[in-house]
Amino acid sequence: MLEIMHTRPQSLFDQLETMQRLLSRSFGVEGAPGGIRSVAHGAFPEINVGRTRTSVEVFAFAPGIDAASIEVTIERNVLKISGVRTSAIPSRDTKTQLYSNERPEGRFSRAVSLPDDVDPLKVEARYRDGILRVSVSLNVAAQPQRIAVQ
Amino acid sequence: MADRSEVATTKSEGFDERPVAPAVDIFEDAGGITLLADMPGVSKDRLDVKLDGDSLSIEGRVELDAPREMRALWAEVSVPRFRRTFTLSRELDAARIEANLKDGVLTLRLPKQAHAQPRRIEVNSA
Repeated sequence: MLEIMHTRPQSLFDQLETMQRLLSRSFGVEGAPGGIRSVAHGAFPEINVGRTRTSVEVFAFAPGIDAASIEVTIERNVLKISGVRTSAIPSRDTKTQLYSNERPEGRFSRAVSLPDDVDPLKVEARYRDGILRVSVSLNVAAQPQRIAVQ
Repeated sequence: MADRSEVATTKSEGFDERPVAPAVDIFEDAGGITLLADMPGVSKDRLDVKLDGDSLSIEGRVELDAPREMRALWAEVSVPRFRRTFTLSRELDAARIEANLKDGVLTLRLPKQAHAQPRRIEVNSA
């Protein structure tokens, strides 16, 4: 049993994907939260996750934040992104009339479960045009390797 | 699901083409109106601010800096385009609108015409 699980190191994300596919097929539910750490639609920042042959890529759509104030941590394979977004609206005095306040503000924090086969020491985070991209490398052992045939 | 997996793998093609309205903050002070719009992933050359008569539209295309061979596992953002239109009132000075884009936030400053700025009316006593 254990061995079978070890042969499928990406099972966490695969399960998530399969579940989503099943959900959308049988009930027409698109984007229903699947993982234990997923939250309802409309959370800040919104997150996309993808996978390549050598890394897991996490994109957080977090516009208008000072890059130095974003905190990115990985603990026990959970990636956490947190920070503060300050409001651009001047303090409410009689001279300012507020018409629309849709942009989220204040402290934010989101967490993403990473697969078991990532290397938490090989992480890169970049912030550009309001998107934070975190690349977490996969363990070398988990990356596809070409085996030479003798 | 097919659509979702294309979301992050391609840069712009393959996206759902209906635009999404960006979240905005709008406030007014004595000098004019300030508008902030969240447009993450939109760079300066993919942003369009247009004024047509009294209609002001902002539009931007999202560019995700993703490796080509990437397979999407989870996608909360699946729309590549932001668009929203506002109707301006006449006291705003369209010629002096200023736009600034930083870290995915568009800031528009719409100043009032000089004659539309508040002034104190003298009350004459008879």
